[in-house]
Amino acid sequence: MLDLSVNVHKLLLKNPVMSASGTFGYGIEFDDFIDVNRLGGILTKACTSKNRDGNRYPRMAETPAGMLNSVGLQNKGVDYFINTIYPKIKHYDTHIIVNVSDSTVEGYMEVAEKLNQLDKITGIELNISCPNVKEGGMAFGTSCPMAGAVTKAVREVYDKTMIVKLSPNVTNIAEIAKAVEDEGADSVSVINTLLGMAIDAEKRRPILSTITGGLSGPAVKPIALRMVWQVSKAIKIPVIGLGGISNATDAIEFLLAGATAIQVGTANFVDPQVCIKILDGIEEYCNRHGVQDVKELIGALES
Amino acid sequence: MKKFIHDFEVTHNHHITDDYFAIYLKCPVSLPQILPGQFAEVLVSNSTTTYLRRPFSIYDVDYKRNELSLLIKKVGDGTVALSKLKEGDTLNLIYPLGNSFSLPGGKKALLIGGGVGIAPMLLLSKLLHEKGYKPDILVGGRTSNDIVEPEKYKPFGEVFITTDDGSAGEKGMVTQHSLFSGKVKEYSAIYACGPDPMMKAVARVAAEHNIPCEISLENTMACGIGACLCCVVETIDGNKTTCIEGPVFDTRKLKL
Repeated sequence: MLDLSVNVHKLLLKNPVMSASGTFGYGIEFDDFIDVNRLGGILTKACTSKNRDGNRYPRMAETPAGMLNSVGLQNKGVDYFINTIYPKIKHYDTHIIVNVSDSTVEGYMEVAEKLNQLDKITGIELNISCPNVKEGGMAFGTSCPMAGAVTKAVREVYDKTMIVKLSPNVTNIAEIAKAVEDEGADSVSVINTLLGMAIDAEKRRPILSTITGGLSGPAVKPIALRMVWQVSKAIKIPVIGLGGISNATDAIEFLLAGATAIQVGTANFVDPQVCIKILDGIEEYCNRHGVQDVKELIGALES
Repeated sequence: MKKFIHDFEVTHNHHITDDYFAIYLKCPVSLPQILPGQFAEVLVSNSTTTYLRRPFSIYDVDYKRNELSLLIKKVGDGTVALSKLKEGDTLNLIYPLGNSFSLPGGKKALLIGGGVGIAPMLLLSKLLHEKGYKPDILVGGRTSNDIVEPEKYKPFGEVFITTDDGSAGEKGMVTQHSLFSGKVKEYSAIYACGPDPMMKAVARVAAEHNIPCEISLENTMACGIGACLCCVVETIDGNKTTCIEGPVFDTRKLKL
C-alpha cells in the first residue's frame, strides 16, 4: 500500500499536493471541477487586516509560458474572512492554510492572532514576498532582519503551523530562509513570483497598471527548482516547493530537489483539474518506480 | 450555475470572411442551459505562444444538435490557431461562465454589437424574440468586412447597420446612427458589446435618454472562474470580477 502522506511540521498532509495562494480562490471556486477534499491542503487567497481593493486593471499580462500579475492582495479583510468565508469552507476535509499579508508587522500580527482562534485553519502562510504592493509584502521578504522580525512577531501570537513564503527577488534566498527558521518558522514555501515587466510596443506603454508585476507559470520552474534545492540544503525545517508546477513530473522534480510538499499555482488557471491530475500522476510514478512511501523521494536527488 | 469542463468535437469551422470565423462544437454530454452573454474559456493547444485560455462569448446554441458555436476574430497566434481547427478536432472548454443580460422593462429593446462584439447579441435577440419582445439589432463595424453575418438576426428583429467608412449601412459610429435621432426613446433597454470607446459612447447616449443600459465587457482574464481576480472592473460597489459578476454590467454601476 503506497503511503502518500507527508508531514509539514505538525501538519499531516494526506498527500504532498496543495494549491497555491492566489490561484485557487478559497477552494469553492473549484468545487465544480474537482473534489477539493482529495488535496493535501489548500492555501487561500491572501488575507490582510483590512479590506484592500487591490491594484487597478489591467492586472495581468500573458508572457511566454507564463503570466505576470499585479492583483495587489485584493481581499475584504480578516473579519470578513472569519464571518463570511470561513463558514463556507470549514467543511473541507483537508488542511486549510490562510495566506497572511499586510503593510505593517502589527497588521500581520492582528490577522494571525484572529486566525489562531479558528479550529479548521490549521496553519498560516506568511506572505512576505508579494511584489505587487507599495508597502509591506516583498519589502519584508528581501532583507534578513525584516524577514526575521516579522516572523518573530507573528510567532509570538500564533501557535499553530506557520509557513513563511519566500521571495525569489533576492541575492541569496538561503540566507533569508535561515533567518526565518531562526525566528521560529515551521516551514518555508519557495518561491513567490519573480518581479517582471511587459510592454505593449504598439502603444509604447506598459501592459500592467503597476508597470511591474509577478511572473509565474512554467517559465519560472527552473529557477524555483534551483531555489528549493538551495534552501532545502541550508535549513532543517520542511520546504514546500512551488513555481511553474504543471504536471506530476514537475512535482516529482521538486520533491527530489528537497521539497516535502508542493503547491500548484498558475496551472490551475489553464486546467482547473490539474491538482488532481498531478496527485494521480505522483501515485503512478511511485508505483512505476517501486516507491512505497512518497517521503522516500524527498531530497532523493542523486548526483 | 454549475460550470463544466469538456472536450468538444469540432463539427464545422466556418470561415465567414478573411478575419472572422465561427467554430461549431459538439458537446460530449447533454448541453446545459446557456444564457445570452455567457462565455467559454477555450484551451488553445495548437499554438506554442498561447499559454492561458481565451475567453469567447457563446455565439449560438443548438440544443437539438447538442452544439454551441463561438464567433472569433483573428487577432493573434491563438485565434489564428483556432481558425485552423478542422472537423473532428477537439477543443477543451470551461463553460458556461459569467452572468447574463436582464430583460427589458418594456417591449422594445436595442441590441448593439461592434465587430466581433456582436457575438452575444445573437442569443439575446433570440431570447427576447421568444419572450415576445421586439428587439432592434444595430450591427457596427469599421468597414463592411466587419459586419458579420447580419442575416442571422433577421428572424428575431429588425437589423440596422453602420460602418465607420460607410461601406455598408449608414456611415459613422453606432451612436451616430439615425436610430438615435429618431426612435431611440421607444427603447426600454439598450444592450451593447464591442470596443471600449463604442460601449462608453453607447452608455453615455443611453444615460442622456434615461434608458437602462447593459454592456458586456471583454477584460483580459486568466482563469475565468473567479480565482485570479485579474479581470476586475471598477464599480460604484467596488471592484467586481468580469468573469463571475460580469461580463454583463449595468452601465449606471460602472465607473466609466
